[in-house]
Amino acid sequence: MSEKTSIAANRSWAARLVVLAPYAWLIAFFLVPFLIVLKLSLSQTALAQPPYTPLFDLSAGWQGLKDFLSGLKLDTYALLLSDSLYLTSYLRSLEIAAASTLMLLLLGFPVAYGLARMPRRLQSVLVVLVILPFWTSFLIRIYAWINILQREGLLNDTLIALGIVQEPLTWLATDTAIYIGIVYSYLPFMVLPIYATLEKMDESLLEAAADLGCPRWKAFWLVTVPLALPGVVAGALLCFIPIVGEFVIPDLLGGSGSVMIGQTLWIEFFGNRDWPVASAVAVMLLLLLIVPLMIYQHMQAREPESNR
Amino acid sequence: MDRIPGFEGGMTADAVSSKRPKNDGAGASAASRNNAARPLVRFEGVTKRFGEFTAIERLSLDIREGEFFALLGPSGCGKTTLLRMLAGFETPDEGRILLDGADISGVPPYRRPVNMMFQSYALFPHLTVEGNVAFGLRQDGLPKDEIAARVSDALALVKLAGLAARKPHQLSGGQRQRVALARCLVKRPRVLLLDEPLAALDRRLREETRFELADLQSRLGLTFVIVTHDQEEAMSLADRIGVMDHGRLMQVGTPPEIYEQPNSRWVAQFVGDINVIEGQIVSIGADGMLIDSAAAGRIHLKQTPQAEPGGTVWVALRPEKLRIALDPPASTEANCIAGQVWDIGYLGDVSVYKVRTDGGLEIKAAAANMTRLVERPITWDDRVWLSWAPEAGLVLTR
Repeated sequence: MSEKTSIAANRSWAARLVVLAPYAWLIAFFLVPFLIVLKLSLSQTALAQPPYTPLFDLSAGWQGLKDFLSGLKLDTYALLLSDSLYLTSYLRSLEIAAASTLMLLLLGFPVAYGLARMPRRLQSVLVVLVILPFWTSFLIRIYAWINILQREGLLNDTLIALGIVQEPLTWLATDTAIYIGIVYSYLPFMVLPIYATLEKMDESLLEAAADLGCPRWKAFWLVTVPLALPGVVAGALLCFIPIVGEFVIPDLLGGSGSVMIGQTLWIEFFGNRDWPVASAVAVMLLLLLIVPLMIYQHMQAREPESNR
Repeated sequence: MDRIPGFEGGMTADAVSSKRPKNDGAGASAASRNNAARPLVRFEGVTKRFGEFTAIERLSLDIREGEFFALLGPSGCGKTTLLRMLAGFETPDEGRILLDGADISGVPPYRRPVNMMFQSYALFPHLTVEGNVAFGLRQDGLPKDEIAARVSDALALVKLAGLAARKPHQLSGGQRQRVALARCLVKRPRVLLLDEPLAALDRRLREETRFELADLQSRLGLTFVIVTHDQEEAMSLADRIGVMDHGRLMQVGTPPEIYEQPNSRWVAQFVGDINVIEGQIVSIGADGMLIDSAAAGRIHLKQTPQAEPGGTVWVALRPEKLRIALDPPASTEANCIAGQVWDIGYLGDVSVYKVRTDGGLEIKAAAANMTRLVERPITWDDRVWLSWAPEAGLVLTR
């Protein structure tokens, strides 16, 4: 019997270890770096190496800690709120993220729906096709878009050849280019979660709806859409959150007129070498994104098994 | 529950008269005969193909108003396809389906006064029990208070009144089955279709639910068409059974007719257990016929089928109609075969003896275990005599 309990004890230890591993990972590579960034955001810039104060001096003991804490200030956050540059940057990021998430949804849902209704054998092939672009580097694909969208690029050539336009249009360095780039890059993140929920949907539910007097188009709204909702929410969050912080796409395809928050952060960090303000921008961005995540969490908690 | 709230409106005079004890063949057939004049559903030469595969082949069938009709057959025999054609999910390639005398072949499922209970129940997981049951009524655009009243009546009818706010995943299998049933009943369909309604329940619950279903049907007077592969289910529930194989109806009749007078070896062997002995007719007289079997000798039967002497026939014997004994029967009236017990299946209430006869046949005989057997009166390798009265056997010509 003692042997049995020791096996059980071993097992529970192993189980605990397995649970602990991801937490350890998150603490080491998320929480600790976040605390460093948080501390940085409360510092001031300095012409030094590293370019900020205060620095924590272990050798000074208690006095050192007190000096360190008194050196932390909220100046950077005051700046973020007072200078409209940051506010517009945040708002622009949210606007672009919201608009492109909507576009992704309008485009992604029909794709996922069509995919889920294909014959089984075709489905797996088509899913691979959806993921296929990931096999090429993201950066290379965005550069390819530069090529397509430039003045003498593929898009203008095609439009002129088809006689739709006479003169080449300006695509690059416009918001349209940003939207094209974002929708192109994030489409799989919208399609796959929606496909996953639609694919496991019981076909007989639609038959039951028809049997109870509900025409097909109505059953789509009354049955299919509500059941796909968890996938829609997951897809929207998977797109919205990274798009808000997107840097590469607006930087390479967009104009210089107004910048997204990711670009602002980059400028502060590398251009101005203002690590504290850059850190404050990052912390604020994180707080901004936690809100939709909490809403999602709340929805999940409310209906834990709604789609079994 | 004596009163059936909300369902009086849906009951017809015919339906009230069809109240009867279930499981009573004579009563059931009498009730069915009352309604024989008017088929509610009529299949006329219906054929359905899926690619190369013919699921239903020129099938004709009448289902009467207020009757409980069971489609029984092995899986893949086309019984579910037939049901789905009635619901409108499949359209026949040939032939017509009439409901109340009108061809419904082109009518989409959402406009048919027919409701189906799915084998998987197909409850909407995002709606509550109440939402599921109200779904069909909302499609009809009924006023809110009428929907509410009918839904609560239907839930009371299936004894789920307290669970209206639950979601399907919060219910047990039996409760889900009732929700599915209520969702159909609340629409007051002309025909209620049930696709293997009890298959997902465990044995005990299945038996309970079976009686409730039969009771519900006779109280509401609705026409039920049930698809099942379980002959016990068909026998205990239905007024009439249609036995199907390979897209054809093999036999249609009341449960006793199907069991006691199967029209072919296939039906005899599909429904219940049966021994079949091949033989040639020697003579046909007023008191029955004499059959000569190479393996079992002379067999005397009190039955005169339409057959000529010399023709090959099959004698069908139900195991429970055979008497098994350690001594030869005293009466010379009875038919008798001698053999040796080579296997015994003990089922508690009965024991099934597999006997290898001297002629090389393998015959099953069932005997009720009337005493608590500590020591078996008949055991392995015993020499036994199987005997049966001339009335017990049945002659099949195909």
